[in-house]
Amino acid sequence: MSETTAAPQAPVSTQTRPLLEVRGLSVAYGAIEAIRDITFSVQAGQIVSLIGSNGAGKTTTLRTISGLLRPKAGEILFEGRPIHTQPAHAILGMGVAHCPEGRRLFPRMTVEENLLLGAYTRSDDGVAEDMERVYELFPVLGERRQNKAGLFSGGEQQMLAIGRAMMSRPRLLMLDEPSMGLSPIMTQRIFDTIRNLRDLGTTVLLVEQNALAALAQSDYGYVVDLGRTTLEGSGHELLADQRVRDAYLGES
Amino acid sequence: MATLLQQIVNGLIFGGLIAMVALGYTMVYGIIQLINFAHGEIFMTGAFGGLAVYTWLLPAEAQKIWYVALPAMMVGGAIVSLVVALLMERLAYRPLRNAPRLAPLITALGVSVFLQELTRIVYPGANSAVPFPNVFSAAPVHIGSITIPSSGLLMLVVSVVLSVVLQTYVNRSRMGRAMRATAQDPDTSRLMGINPDRVIVLTFGIGAVLAGIGGVLYGTYINNVDPYIGFQNGLFAFAAAVLGGIGSIRGAVIGAFVIGLIKNIADIYLPGGTAYDYVWIFILLIAVLVFRPQGLFGEVERVRA
Repeated sequence: MSETTAAPQAPVSTQTRPLLEVRGLSVAYGAIEAIRDITFSVQAGQIVSLIGSNGAGKTTTLRTISGLLRPKAGEILFEGRPIHTQPAHAILGMGVAHCPEGRRLFPRMTVEENLLLGAYTRSDDGVAEDMERVYELFPVLGERRQNKAGLFSGGEQQMLAIGRAMMSRPRLLMLDEPSMGLSPIMTQRIFDTIRNLRDLGTTVLLVEQNALAALAQSDYGYVVDLGRTTLEGSGHELLADQRVRDAYLGES
Repeated sequence: MATLLQQIVNGLIFGGLIAMVALGYTMVYGIIQLINFAHGEIFMTGAFGGLAVYTWLLPAEAQKIWYVALPAMMVGGAIVSLVVALLMERLAYRPLRNAPRLAPLITALGVSVFLQELTRIVYPGANSAVPFPNVFSAAPVHIGSITIPSSGLLMLVVSVVLSVVLQTYVNRSRMGRAMRATAQDPDTSRLMGINPDRVIVLTFGIGAVLAGIGGVLYGTYINNVDPYIGFQNGLFAFAAAVLGGIGSIRGAVIGAFVIGLIKNIADIYLPGGTAYDYVWIFILLIAVLVFRPQGLFGEVERVRA
């Protein structure tokens, strides 16, 4: 557990270069700075979460990593290469998938078409196989693969959104508020799935307001407040920290 | 009765023509919410492109063989329309991609006038109407008392076939899926790895090829062209796209046939005759929009983040 300082600091346990490094990133909407000088990194094979209150800049951070927004300052390195100058469609091709806030499915397209769009950049033979894997993971999608995505419940839509993001075979999967609007049981299922994906080798960067659920599943976490990281540590350390408990876990 | 049937046939032929132009309006709107008022001029440059191929590229023997001359002219017209449309997208619209919506709209009007006047100045003799050869001059088809000109029948058949091919392409192919995705949610499409520029160029390109082929077929049917045919027919096509529900492919085709039928029936049966056919078309359009603002097959205005 440590206070974050200006110098980026490699989390414990491994000497290898992090999969994703965000250094001194600032993003503004017009004159309003949404994130200021944020620095964090994601080690390969881990689930890392960014937690923090509404408006802290978590979604902005993910949208900048995936190339939908351009930073005002700072840099983003994926596997050591700068990606913050690349267009969004190229960043996906490098292995970063972003499952956006509010799921953002294509509601007038079928489950199958949504999954095929997830695999848009792929031309290998494995697409059909990966699609079957998503249907195995989420049988409810497999049973209704020709139904329009807009007709599904919130939890089912979240499954489809995660499945769609997996279809590009990303090395880094970024999930923005996957538990939003879901029942506790459904939230549990989604988090089980995320852990399962991590065990199968996908690195996950998770953004959550549901700090308790997120930290319990995470290998490492950062607290984001007013556009910068204020605390970092392993999921268990952060869960035990009194400042985190006071601010985000509704204990005061 | 015979007159009515004849007007219905004429209306279907005209509808087929309008459909080939309306598809370009509706597809471009579906992807970038731009009403490309210069699309009628894409149709017009296609007609002149086909005429240029006939006049300067085809040897005299080939001019007489319709199955050589007509395909050559259609390809030539489509290529000219394609080049003009891609230059227009690159030079006029792309720099305004993130500008307020009024800027590209006014630009489209400017491009429209520019292309009309450019054609008038550059194309020899285009100061007035230029004769267009009736390359497809097979004998007209007679059914009872109805006469169907062969070039009109050809226009109708080509239009229906191309519409079906387009609809299938958009619904079934990978690029078609990318086009629909971009129309529904541009940001999320980028997260799928779809390059929006590529989709936009493809959309302008498909619209231009259809309009260019339409321009050549229009020339062989009407037998003369001038730089302002794009304005007139573009207006009908725009009305068809709005009537059918702008953004909808099926809507544009059905809207085009409705407008073709109304125009030809109004020419004979409604007060004012041919001088007032625009009036009846736009009265119908307004009436439909009052009760169904999204058009016959349009989707209710979607909320964008």
